[in-house]
Amino acid sequence: MTIRHHLTAEILLSYAAGNLAEGWSLAVATHLALCPDCRAREVQFSAIGGEALEDAVPAELSDGALAACFALIDLDEVDLNGEAQQPLPPVIAGTPTLPEPLRGYVGGDADSVRWSSVGGGIRQCLIKVSGEAKARLLYIPAGDKVPQHGHRGLELTLVLSGSFADGAMQFHRGDIEVADEQVNHTPTAGPGEPCICLAVTDAPIVFKSLLPRLVQRFVKI
Amino acid sequence: MIDGSRGPSQTWEDLLVAVSATQDRAAFGLLFRHFAPRIKSFLMRGGTSEALAEDVTQETMATVWRKAEQFDPGKASASTWMFTIARNKRIDRIRRERRPEPDPNDPSFAPSPAVPPDREVSALQDAVAVRHALGELSDEQREVVMLSFYEDASHSVIAERLKLPLGTVKSRLRLALKKLNGLLDPTVYGGMS
Ligand SMILES: [Zn+2]
Repeated sequence: MTIRHHLTAEILLSYAAGNLAEGWSLAVATHLALCPDCRAREVQFSAIGGEALEDAVPAELSDGALAACFALIDLDEVDLNGEAQQPLPPVIAGTPTLPEPLRGYVGGDADSVRWSSVGGGIRQCLIKVSGEAKARLLYIPAGDKVPQHGHRGLELTLVLSGSFADGAMQFHRGDIEVADEQVNHTPTAGPGEPCICLAVTDAPIVFKSLLPRLVQRFVKI
Repeated sequence: MIDGSRGPSQTWEDLLVAVSATQDRAAFGLLFRHFAPRIKSFLMRGGTSEALAEDVTQETMATVWRKAEQFDPGKASASTWMFTIARNKRIDRIRRERRPEPDPNDPSFAPSPAVPPDREVSALQDAVAVRHALGELSDEQREVVMLSFYEDASHSVIAERLKLPLGTVKSRLRLALKKLNGLLDPTVYGGMS
């Protein structure tokens, strides 16, 4: 499986710098789990962070800062010794459809998602994240179109199962589409199997046709 | 990077390994003296108050102690590894958000392709390549890249700080990243074909 659609350098840099809201970071981290190429670039961008730290003009610490830090360390060790063993996560056979960290956010793999219908056979599941970006899983039946929509901001769409086409471009598992407000698109699920994807937006999705817009009012797309 | 208090051939990486292997408090003290003031300054540049920056710096260094055994000098330089700990602490303690990260032990995690040992790029080569690539940028380009690493340094905050139009910051960053991308291709500096 070769991934063809990757993250932009701007997004990887912001992730490495720790400047992305949680929803964006979730899409980035889940793509990174599936994409060794972007992972290698992210490692290099983190190394720029190392340089930034090395270049920082040292600030003055309070007297006894090191002693205070050792006190914290000794306190930690007491805590750790008294701490019960963390329960191990359930063992999963085979390759889960939802990689970590996404699976942890959803609370299980794709078969345990609690979908709600948004009309036209399309289903969604909102994912709880803090910050301004909104994350959801989408389920699009094989061959179906997601109603044409534009968005006021960025949209990241990561395929987890099945595929979708947007214009002439094909997106398969691991591929991520980076669409800005200029893109007005009609993603269509590939034939044969439904498409499950993670979609992150920073503004409500604006559907172009009337019916989905009415639906939108009720289901908080 | 020779510092009177370290042995002449001791690197920051050696000191971290000593902390991990023997809970060496003297080695940790040297790391603390070098990195803690930089971490505090790094946090304060993001607009964090001095008192909170001091607390988060101490927590970051305590985490460095606790996680020292996870430090792999083959994978990251000491400063990069400590940067990632400070960054995650900042997200957790100052922004109060979670930072999602991939889990290499997850069965869905796609392993990196194996590289023949003679073509492997070490963390040291990586760090040298990054430093070299940053040096190849113009001063203005380097500035927007480095500013991206401070808290809440969104493009519009950087534009405000530099008193530049947002479009200028965005295009400057885009050009800088394009240049870095070419310079940081491991197939170039790693000697791979
Ligand atoms: Zn990628």
